[in-house]
Amino acid sequence: MQFAKLIARNALRHKLRTGLTVLGLLIALLSFGLLQTVVGAWYAGANAAAPDRLVTRNAISLVFPMPPHYREKIRAVEGVKSVGAANWFGGIYQDPKKFFPQFAIDAAPYFAMYPEYRLDESDKRAFLRDRAGAVVGRKLADTYGFRVGDTLPLRGTIFPGDWTFTVRAIYDGAETRTDTSQMFFHWDYLNETMKRRVPRRANQVGVFVVQIADPARSAEVSQAIDAQFRNSLAETLTETEKAFQLGFVAMTEAIVVGIRVVSFVVIFIILAVMANTMAMTARERLPEYATLKALGFAPGYVAALVFGESLAIAAVGAALGIGLTFPVAAWFGTQTGTLFPALEVSPATVAMQLGCALAVGIAAAVLPGRRAARVRIVEGLRAIG
Amino acid sequence: MSTPLIEVRNVFKSYRRGGQVVPVLHDLTFEVQRGDFLGLMGPSGSGKSTLLNLLAGIDQPDAGEILVDGVDITRLSEAGLADWRAAAIGFVFQFYNLMPVLSAFENVELPLTLTPLSRRSRREHVAAALRLVGLADRMEHYPSELSGGQQQRVAIARALVTDPRLIVADEPTGDLDRQSAAEVLALLEQLNVEFGKTIVMVTHDRRAAERAHAIKYLDKGELSEAEDVRERSLR
Repeated sequence: MQFAKLIARNALRHKLRTGLTVLGLLIALLSFGLLQTVVGAWYAGANAAAPDRLVTRNAISLVFPMPPHYREKIRAVEGVKSVGAANWFGGIYQDPKKFFPQFAIDAAPYFAMYPEYRLDESDKRAFLRDRAGAVVGRKLADTYGFRVGDTLPLRGTIFPGDWTFTVRAIYDGAETRTDTSQMFFHWDYLNETMKRRVPRRANQVGVFVVQIADPARSAEVSQAIDAQFRNSLAETLTETEKAFQLGFVAMTEAIVVGIRVVSFVVIFIILAVMANTMAMTARERLPEYATLKALGFAPGYVAALVFGESLAIAAVGAALGIGLTFPVAAWFGTQTGTLFPALEVSPATVAMQLGCALAVGIAAAVLPGRRAARVRIVEGLRAIG
Repeated sequence: MSTPLIEVRNVFKSYRRGGQVVPVLHDLTFEVQRGDFLGLMGPSGSGKSTLLNLLAGIDQPDAGEILVDGVDITRLSEAGLADWRAAAIGFVFQFYNLMPVLSAFENVELPLTLTPLSRRSRREHVAAALRLVGLADRMEHYPSELSGGQQQRVAIARALVTDPRLIVADEPTGDLDRQSAAEVLALLEQLNVEFGKTIVMVTHDRRAAERAHAIKYLDKGELSEAEDVRERSLR
């Protein structure tokens, strides 16, 4: 009891110093949590990938298309359950800054392969009936105020001309991490329009999403698919959806690594600040530690006082920093619009924040605690006056 | 005749300063009887506080033996010395050395937390000690809310609360005005006379020394005869 009382009162002895240290910890852990959440959002696509989905693309590059008749050949490969074409559209809604992903898809098989996109059945039927219909995610709809029945105009970039869609359905995510910032419309609508506008750009597919019966056979099925198109004009590369998504992350890996490094640098900075605080504290209290030892308290007790105080400050900073990460991440998500489809503070991030706070609390007290425990009573008492 | 409480035999102590060995205590041998009130006097740097630290087990001699109540404290380990100090020694420092974040009550209770006493027993002991030093009405006050004399009386209560055999006081009146110093000395005298505590006190103060039953004068690491010293110090 006396021990806890000493720790608590010692921690509050220099309120400004302790307050500033807690504030520093709060900011550091909040920054760390936000940066880790952003990194997590970077991997959201890969994390949301299903093991039974493969992606087939042109072996040379994603930029090069494949002919649509590959669809049937892929479907015929043993182990394949379903195939759907998908094209990145890249249109502009009102302003280039209002970016969101748009895909032209084989609607029926595509939504069957993505059960995590949840649509109202009647809205889904309305979408399947309307060739110029579109489905938008909940986050996208909330961001721009789209409602079912609204007209959604896009200006083509990859596929030229003005495009007009009608929102027929809004999908929700099965989980909070499901990306609901996308727009889908019919691949047939894209293809037929391109046949009229730029015939040579018609009949082109960006990727085929392939559902397989047994995820354990993904490598075997991938090889079988690619074998179908060997020595053709458009050889293919088939990989798991996760590998495909990680390929995108790899393109920006330097940024991800940079963010990760910065998040840990922030923790090292606060470690230095905290260590300085504890060193000052221990130096000021050497006479008190010497007195305690003279009274018969063991060196371990004195060291525990320093560690206890350091951990108490770290715990308060951690509680505030972690507690604030959730609302700040939510606010950050609204400010960045559809840039990060699933900005969610994960349990792993909270665990890392707790781990960092604990590590800072312990590491900052190591040297001051050792010094306090080892102080010679005679020398410590001499420091008075 | 009973055995002395403290037996100091052929004790040597020196310090290292800048690579040089500076002898502080040279072949000291003396005894302190149970119930004595011994004053240690001498000029600055004569080794008074060093000798007191050795008797209290917070420093170790280079050579020699120090027996307190039959225990040779020079042979105890650091942990053994800590336990011994907790049970056998009461400290009174010049600058009181109270924990500023603890109340008078909590400061006096501090050494008792090392004992197996129940919380209730501890409270009774602390209340009795604070009553004895005349601060029963200041139990909840923090050191910063007390005068120097009151702080030193809290320190004395802390020193006696574990009922130690020996109380060591290093310049207990050195930081006090005359009135407070007189109160503190009266209190130490009361502990000695009424409760039979053996007290060893280092002081520069002639008035303080007058309270002691015996005075030893330390100069250049050697003790002088008490009779001469009394005359010299009181001159």
